[in-house]
Amino acid sequence: MARKLPRKDVAIIGLGWTGSILADELTDAGLNVVALERGPWRDTATDFPISYAQDELRYRIQHELFLRNSQMSVTFRNNVNQTALPVRTWGAFMLGNGAGGAGVHWNAETWRFLPTDFTLKSHLTQRYGVSFLPNDMTIQDWGVTFADLEPHYDEFEYLCGTSGQAGNLNGEIQAGGNPFEGPRSRPYPTPPQKQGYGHTLFAKAAEELGYKPFPQPSGNLSQAYTNPLGVRLGKCTYCGFCEWFGCANYSKASPQTTVLPVLLRKSNFEGRTECEVTRINLDNTGKRATGVTYVDTSGEEFEQPADLVLLCAFSLFNVQLLLLSGIGTPYDPQTGQGQIGRNFTHQVMSSALGFFDKDKYNFNPFVASGAIGMCIDEFNGDNFDHSSLGFVGGGYIGQVQTNGRPIETTAVPPGTPAWGKEWKQALKDNYLSTINSGGACHASFYSYRDNYLSLDPTYKDRFGRPLVRLTIDFHDNEIKMSNFLTDKYAEILKQMGAKQIVKQPRKGPYDVTAYQTSHLNGGAIMGDKPGNSALNRYLQSWDVPNLFVMGASAFPQNAGYNPTGTVGALAYWAAKAIRSQYLTNPGPLVHA
Amino acid sequence: MWLLLSSSAARAALIRGGIPWKPGAGDPPEAVTPGGWKYFTPQEALTVEAFVDRLIPADELSPGGKDCGCAVFIDRQLAGPYGRFAGYYMSGPFQEGTKQQGPQSPVTPAQQYRKALAALDTDCRGKYSGKAFTGLSDEQKDTVIKGLEDGSLKLDGVDSASFFKLILKDTQNGFLADPIYGGNKDMASWKMIGFPGAHYDYSAWIDKHNQQVTLPPIGINNHPNWSQ
Repeated sequence: MARKLPRKDVAIIGLGWTGSILADELTDAGLNVVALERGPWRDTATDFPISYAQDELRYRIQHELFLRNSQMSVTFRNNVNQTALPVRTWGAFMLGNGAGGAGVHWNAETWRFLPTDFTLKSHLTQRYGVSFLPNDMTIQDWGVTFADLEPHYDEFEYLCGTSGQAGNLNGEIQAGGNPFEGPRSRPYPTPPQKQGYGHTLFAKAAEELGYKPFPQPSGNLSQAYTNPLGVRLGKCTYCGFCEWFGCANYSKASPQTTVLPVLLRKSNFEGRTECEVTRINLDNTGKRATGVTYVDTSGEEFEQPADLVLLCAFSLFNVQLLLLSGIGTPYDPQTGQGQIGRNFTHQVMSSALGFFDKDKYNFNPFVASGAIGMCIDEFNGDNFDHSSLGFVGGGYIGQVQTNGRPIETTAVPPGTPAWGKEWKQALKDNYLSTINSGGACHASFYSYRDNYLSLDPTYKDRFGRPLVRLTIDFHDNEIKMSNFLTDKYAEILKQMGAKQIVKQPRKGPYDVTAYQTSHLNGGAIMGDKPGNSALNRYLQSWDVPNLFVMGASAFPQNAGYNPTGTVGALAYWAAKAIRSQYLTNPGPLVHA
Repeated sequence: MWLLLSSSAARAALIRGGIPWKPGAGDPPEAVTPGGWKYFTPQEALTVEAFVDRLIPADELSPGGKDCGCAVFIDRQLAGPYGRFAGYYMSGPFQEGTKQQGPQSPVTPAQQYRKALAALDTDCRGKYSGKAFTGLSDEQKDTVIKGLEDGSLKLDGVDSASFFKLILKDTQNGFLADPIYGGNKDMASWKMIGFPGAHYDYSAWIDKHNQQVTLPPIGINNHPNWSQ
């Protein structure tokens, strides 16, 4: 029998980026907020101190900062004709855990989506005609526009101190920035990061080929910065132990380095770590959340009543909790009915190895940060004419190599033996002179009728609840797109002077063992009416108006950029709606 | 008022009023000291030492796998959480799926080594006049290893291809990881490839394009200038 606790105004599930931002906003509004985080508390000085943070084996190979599959995992199959099996250890994606969530270990690549990404269905239909799109593609417009979100992208970037070069200031294209980006109202808060030799050489080659390269927007800061909350970040030292690791230097934007120091000092905020929410509770109408039930480390169950519930867990687990709590209707790919679980997407990644003459090129790959890099955006979204190409979508292309960590940096030319004397020699000959940028082609993943999330019928978590089941595979559109982008990247490597190039385009079937970013999206998408979405434009549940669901689960499809900038912008956009509209008049904010 | 922590293993569940923090709290890695075996039997250890010495032979580029401590590294890893699939999802039912669905076997790395090393010796004794793997010439050892690698040698009762991938990965991890874990002795691999190690601050080098970084290599707990 769950022990009932005193009521709070707001219960937040998950203390990652969105949970931290929403908690800070709503405590500012005077509300009593409790955040429940199933992982441990983490802070810089204790959990990733400078004396031992640079441990590739512990943090990158053995994933110590990540969610343990024994605590929670998922199941996977490519299609409904297969039986889904458990992901017994992470592969294709690595899921965060603990206070700060993925904000602790991310690369800090901080992008905005394109204006046309938000009106994708309308835009592509208008430009190419509806029959140009595959008939099982289920992309749709978001219900918000880039213009709606611009002030909130700005808010998130200024929270983080994002280092970058503006490309479009209020409609005026700026040299050195991304000429394709949507108009921004003011420059980035700090200048772009410095770039290494390989990144700079890429930019030079890209320019020679007629492209307009620009520095990747980085949450690893180029200089010390105090954010609007008064929290101070340091200057990144290019240590090369960024993504997968916590930053010991206070120079990577994370909830710990931007929000939590302020949030935790507020008397109307309380965090409870190692407390796993097992259910969102509803009243007997099914249309109102009464709070959440959670389990702590002793195994005891608690009921936390609240007037407003914010679901701020990772995308997959947002959807799992909605399904387990009986909120909305589960999506059925056969009938196309139901919104919860629909339009599940990932990210289409590809790259190419560039081997250079070791006597002429030394790239010092270990001098880098997680979001360093020079990129081009000519082939993202609908920035280029797709009429004769036979696919839609695209991505940024860049030399974004983040590290030279030895265990991971063993690329040798094809045909090299995998062990022995020749292997050693090849390792030595190629370590310093190879461009190996795993995230080089970072492309869109559009949504399809048969890619979706549901509850697994067989496999359970440690509480006996069904795991969330991923049914996902690549479609021809994404494979064609990946080949196209990879070829473009290879051309730039050639222009750089690579003596040997090994193309690595994405190939199907979707493989749950091969890492391809943790950018999993959809399943609880936003839209303009209940018939096509789980949430309205303010990320408010159509089914349960006192429930908002944050994060990339709201994306109707994924664009050719890292998602966190957009996740942060949507969090601020929703916070504003809650503060200025919902709190004064609780109830549905959109009547459709 | 904020809660004090007694150790990082027992983190406060309730956080309010400030950042929970205690001076000296943390969880540094425990340095592996060679000497004795925590998982391998003496015979298994000899076999693994012989094996890693072929995967990473001694030459002018670096000492061999054995002298680099790769067998010690693997032994300590198998004795710890890695060896028993700690953190893995280990609920059944266990069933084989597609390649894309990933490994589904409940056989842990430690169990895999135990079975495979025994089967390896049985196989060698059968083929090489009663000699175990450790008794073979270097050429013969390489032949055996290549057979495991290309699938032509299937050890009895063992997924041999999977075992080869496992021992190769573990050996290379031991060769390339921070020396604190027992391998990569004296940062031999890092010196070979030109990785300066766990320096935190490379700010002075970001602008020095196409120039060799002249910092001496350091690990988490060793630097040429530090006294023991």
